[in-house]
Amino acid sequence: MKHVDEYRDGDLARGVARRIAAETRPDRAYRFMEFCGGHTHAISRYGIDDLLPENLRMIHGPGCPVCVLPMGRIDDAIALARRPEVTLCTYADLMRVPASGGASLMKARAEGADIRMVYSTLDALEIARNAPQREVVFFAIGFETTTPPTATAIRLAQREGLENFSVFCNHVLTPAAIDAILRSGETVVDGFIGPAHVSTIIGARPYARFAQEFGKPVVIAGFEPLDVAQAILMLLRQANEGRSEVENEYIRAVTQDGNRKAQAEVDEIFELRESFEWRGLGEIPDSALRLRPAYAAFDAERRFAMQPCAARDNPACECGAILRGVKHPRDCKLFGRGCTPQTPMGACMVSSEGSCAAFWSYGRFREKAVS
Amino acid sequence: MSRKLDIRNGRVDLSHGSGGRAMAQLITELFHTAFDNDWLRAGNDQSAFDAPSGRMVMTTDSYVVSPLFFPGGDIGALAVNGTVNDLVMAGARPLYLSAGFIVEEGLPLADLDRVARSMGAASRAAKTPIITGDTKVVERGKADGVFITTAGVGVVPPGIEISGDRAKPGDVVLLSGTIGDHGVAVMSKRQGLSFETDIVSDCAALHELVAAMVAAAGGAIHVMRDPTRGGLAATLNEIAGQSRVGVRLAEHAVPVRPQVAAACELLGLDPLFVANEGKLVAIVAPEAADTLLAAMRAHPLGAEAAMIGKIVADDRHFVQMTTAFGGERVIDWLTGEQLPRIC
Repeated sequence: MKHVDEYRDGDLARGVARRIAAETRPDRAYRFMEFCGGHTHAISRYGIDDLLPENLRMIHGPGCPVCVLPMGRIDDAIALARRPEVTLCTYADLMRVPASGGASLMKARAEGADIRMVYSTLDALEIARNAPQREVVFFAIGFETTTPPTATAIRLAQREGLENFSVFCNHVLTPAAIDAILRSGETVVDGFIGPAHVSTIIGARPYARFAQEFGKPVVIAGFEPLDVAQAILMLLRQANEGRSEVENEYIRAVTQDGNRKAQAEVDEIFELRESFEWRGLGEIPDSALRLRPAYAAFDAERRFAMQPCAARDNPACECGAILRGVKHPRDCKLFGRGCTPQTPMGACMVSSEGSCAAFWSYGRFREKAVS
Repeated sequence: MSRKLDIRNGRVDLSHGSGGRAMAQLITELFHTAFDNDWLRAGNDQSAFDAPSGRMVMTTDSYVVSPLFFPGGDIGALAVNGTVNDLVMAGARPLYLSAGFIVEEGLPLADLDRVARSMGAASRAAKTPIITGDTKVVERGKADGVFITTAGVGVVPPGIEISGDRAKPGDVVLLSGTIGDHGVAVMSKRQGLSFETDIVSDCAALHELVAAMVAAAGGAIHVMRDPTRGGLAATLNEIAGQSRVGVRLAEHAVPVRPQVAAACELLGLDPLFVANEGKLVAIVAPEAADTLLAAMRAHPLGAEAAMIGKIVADDRHFVQMTTAFGGERVIDWLTGEQLPRIC
C-alpha cells in the first residue's frame, strides 16, 4: 500500500529503536503518554513496546471516545432507542459498550429497539430522508475529528428542512482532557504524544500551553508505527535536554492552525458545555460540546426532553488512576477477576484500545514471562 | 397438464412449501434440474449408497450469508464448498451431500434458481453429488431470502490421521494462499458500506488440493482446517487450545492482497480476523514441510501457499506474531464480532 507501507518499514524501525536505546539514560525512568486510542492501537498491533528499553514506559491515555463515554450516556441512548418512534443510528463500536444492569445497544436491538449501525453521519441522514414517519437520532460521539461530520449533517438537515433528524451529542475535546490530567496533581507523565487526526482539525497551537505552563513536551505524531517510534525518540530527546516544546512529527498532515473550515463549521453549530462527565476521569469543565440554541430542533436532548441517568461504575474500578498513568491495570482488583474484554466493568476494558483491554490481549504474556 | 414453473418472473409463495403439487413442481423443475442426478430423480425420501470401507467422516453447516450474491460467489456455492471443505480437512475424499432450504416467501424464483444452479455446478466440480434434500417456505420476514443447511459424508484414506489435537512443538504452519478475500468481497456489497473493489471471494472446494497434499505426504499432516469465520486468528487459537501448544507466526510471511489490506485499513479491520472460504491451514511435520508446500504450490488453489510460522511449546496456548515492524503481538480471540473502529 503506497503512502502506508513506508511508515511500517521494519528496517527503519530497528534503526529508530537503536537510537532510542542508545539515548535512553539508564539512571532515570521515562513515562510518556500517548493520548489517542489510535496510537495505543498502533503500539499494540505492531509490538512497539518490545522495541523500547525497560525504563521507558508508554501510558495509554483517555483518547478512546468509546471508553470515556460515561455509562449514563449509554443508558440515555438505550432509553431513547426504546421509544417506539425512534430509530437510533450509531457507530458500530458503541454497540457492545456495557450500560447499567448489563444492558447494551446490541441487547436493546435484540429486544426490538430500532438501532442501525452506520459508517457516516450521511448514512443517518439518508435513513431520515427515507423514513419521514420515524424520528431518526444520530448518536454522536468522538473527539474533534468526528465533530465536523456531525456539524455537516446538521447543516444539511436544516437546509433540506429534514424535520425528523436529530443528534444526541457527546462530542468531547482533547485539550480539556489533557488539562484535567495535568491538573490532577498526581500525574507521573513526562511528555505526551499528541493526537494525529484530532490535530489535523485543531492544529498544533492548542498544545502550546502544556509545554509552556506545565513544562511537558508534546510531540504530535501520525498513527503509523514509524510515526509513533519517531515521536518517542523526539520526546526522549526533549526530556534528556530538559526542553518542553510542541514538536510536530506529523507535518505531512498537521499545520499550526489546523483545518479552519472545519473549525468554523463546528463553531457555527456547537457551543461549550460548562461541564461533562468522562468515564474514569469524572466531571471536566469545558470539555464537551452541545448544539447551539439556534439548532435546538436538531438536539435530541431538547427534542425528547431527555433526563440524564446517573450511573455509577464499580467503586473498585481503578480506571481513573490508570487513565492518568498513576496505576497500572495489574494494580486493579477487578482486572481479570470479573473485568475482562468479554465482561468489561470499566472504561479501560471497554474498547480494544483501552489500557486494560490492550494489556489483557497483548501484555499479560510479557508479565508472565518475567515473573 | 399444469403450467411450467415461471422461473423468470415468479416468486416463491407459501404453496411451494405446502407438500402439494406446487412443491413437487418446484422440486422437480428447479432443484432436480439444477442438481441433476439419478438419486434425486428416483424421488425417495432418502438415498441409498454403498458404504466404502475405512473411516468415514460426517459434517454439517448452515449458511445465512447476506447478500445472497457477492463478487466471486453466492450462498449456493458457499453451501457446497464450505461443507466439502469441512470434510476434506480430515484428509477425506468427499462422497455425498444433503441440502435443506428454508426459503422466505416472496424470493424471486430466478434467485432461487440461480442459487440452485450454482450449487449444482459446485457439487459437480467437487465430484460430490447432492443426493437428498428438503424445502420449507416461511412467511415473509421470517428468513432473509434463503437459508441453506448442507451435510456431507466422506471417507478417509488409510494411514491418514488429521485432528485438531495433533499439533506438536516443532511442526510447521502452512497456509494455502492470501487471507481476507471472502470477507472483504462480501462486505464490499453490504448495505451502507458499498465500496469499489475488484476483490472477489475465494470461495472454492479444496478437495483436489487436499488430495494432492495427501498423496505427497499425507501421514505428515497433523492438523488441517479452513479458516472461515473469525479468520486465521480464530482457527490458530482453536488449534493451539486443542493441541495445548503455542503458535508463532511471522507477519511478513502471511500473504494478503494489497486491495484487501487497503480495504481493511479503511474499515479498521484486521485481515487476520476476516473470513476465508477457499483457504486451508496445515500443521505438518517439519521434515515434510517442503514437500507439502511444493505439492500445494503445484495446484492452482495453492499457488500462493506459504510457510507462515511454527508450533512451539507454550502452556498458555498463545498465538503470537512477530510483526513486520519487528515487535511481538499476541493474536487473541475476537470478543464478539469484528466491528469497524471510528478512529
